[in-house]
Amino acid sequence: MSALLEIENVTKRFGGLCAISACNVRVTAGHAHGIIGPNGAGKTTLFNLITGIYQPTEGAIRFRGESIAGLRPSRIANIGIGRTFQNIRLCKQLTVLDNVRIAFDSQLHYAPIEALFRLPRSGRDEQRSIDESLALLGPFGLLGHAHDIAGDLPYGSQRRLEIARALALKPELLLLDEPAAGMNTGETAALTEFLRWVRAEFKVTLVLIEHHMHLVMNLCDRITVLDFGQTIADGTPEEIRANPRVIDAYLGGSEDEQA
Amino acid sequence: MKAFLASAARARWPLPALIALGFAIAILSQYQPIFSGYAQIVLITIGINIILCASLNLVNGYMGEFSVGHAGFMSLGAYTSAVFTTKWLPDLPALFPVAVVFGGAIAALIGFLLALLSFKTRGDYLAIITLAFLMIVKSTWENIPYVGGPAGLLGVDKMTTLPWTLFWVVITILVIRNLIYSKFGRAIIAIREDEIAANAMGVRVREAKILAFVVSSFFGGVAGALYAHLNFINPKYFDIVKSTEILVMVYLGGISSLGGSILGAIIFTFLLNALEPLGYWRMVILSALLIALMLFRPRGIMGLRELPWFLPRRELFAKGVVPLAPKKT
Repeated sequence: MSALLEIENVTKRFGGLCAISACNVRVTAGHAHGIIGPNGAGKTTLFNLITGIYQPTEGAIRFRGESIAGLRPSRIANIGIGRTFQNIRLCKQLTVLDNVRIAFDSQLHYAPIEALFRLPRSGRDEQRSIDESLALLGPFGLLGHAHDIAGDLPYGSQRRLEIARALALKPELLLLDEPAAGMNTGETAALTEFLRWVRAEFKVTLVLIEHHMHLVMNLCDRITVLDFGQTIADGTPEEIRANPRVIDAYLGGSEDEQA
Repeated sequence: MKAFLASAARARWPLPALIALGFAIAILSQYQPIFSGYAQIVLITIGINIILCASLNLVNGYMGEFSVGHAGFMSLGAYTSAVFTTKWLPDLPALFPVAVVFGGAIAALIGFLLALLSFKTRGDYLAIITLAFLMIVKSTWENIPYVGGPAGLLGVDKMTTLPWTLFWVVITILVIRNLIYSKFGRAIIAIREDEIAANAMGVRVREAKILAFVVSSFFGGVAGALYAHLNFINPKYFDIVKSTEILVMVYLGGISSLGGSILGAIIFTFLLNALEPLGYWRMVILSALLIALMLFRPRGIMGLRELPWFLPRRELFAKGVVPLAPKKT
């Protein structure tokens, strides 16, 4: 299988601090790929490098075989990499519908002058943005909340909205930064099923940072383990479970603790 | 009564009807003594202030930046249009609209340059840049003898009439509304909400910032051009106090609201004139009013809310003012 996303020998230094050091990750198209590791291992930094918020100090990042290092974040979003954030970043004062529309807008092609004078194409495109954004809200159980202010939604709905918003970009690759943060065991199990459905329905490759081992082991086809900015293991969930370095660095001694 | 007001606020007919009525009265007042000279000046000032307030709201309210340079854009429009009508092509009243657009265009050009600076910096630091811009523009006029230096330009033709003012108010509100309720407007608002998230959602942040600054400064320039053609202009008029006045109107009426901008400009202009007999106490009262407003209603009277008249029809559904229409399929 070809790699959709390749991270090759990427290093990121912040002054003297080396957040990522010669990191390698290959994400196969269609997979769910887990990134795990202790706090401060550089997982979120890796996401910020992929999405262009940071530039790598060294190394190459390729998406569909083409280098994306140095592209602006909005450009990277538009070529098919959507993401969510660890601490939810919605437009909290806007409605649920407008949040999704903002992401959908990159597929509308009318020019500023058409907007200022409301020429016909802008009207048709706007109607499309409303219709398609509403259609997207349905399966996420948010249609009834379309006009609610995003910041007023309960936590779980905000997480779902963030995923829906990222999918409005029609991405090929979806990066999820701790989607199960703050969820209990039951909610995490539901999220696992939900993400499985998202992957099949939207034909999207998933990369997720997660601490809930149940979710990672059940959902992911492949797992990369980071520690101190370095890849210390890479393999199927079974291989990772058995890897002594991983157990040592992350899972902590015995396997029973994370069951 | 309340039910009637609520349904009138949602209905589509009142706004066009009000505009038509406004034009009828404004045009009639040119031939019949409906308004005294003083009343005309107050009404024209309200119109100019609405244009200033709505255009500054685009940057300060919708985009969430803090520009204090709007009086600078106003002076750019005022001076360039006045030079156009007094020195380059004098005594051609038919060219007044061209002069106004020219003033706006020059202001928009400078606004574009300011937008480039906003890529690198934001918040307090951008505010300081706009302050510096304001001072540069003011001292530029003071040091160019061609435009009268510190004395200003005198004897500008009185071409700003009530109908022209109303015409530009309508154009301003219409164009800014069209921008706000387009994908570019949503991009501008997304920048205010969270620039990092906006980027991750594919929002072309630079394009949105340029549009906001260019449109905002264009109409700032238009307001200046209208002001210049009341009689004369003086560089001292376009200082930080003028910018502050516009800011007060924006925050009084409400950020991110065109209805609020109109309301803010009307209330502020009216109070400023009504409290005239109080002399210096006027500013004390107005300032106290502003403090009270910031304490009890920090987003202004209409902050983040909009009068349904200003929403395009499809946004009435999208914003939930009117329940969702059943799908036509």
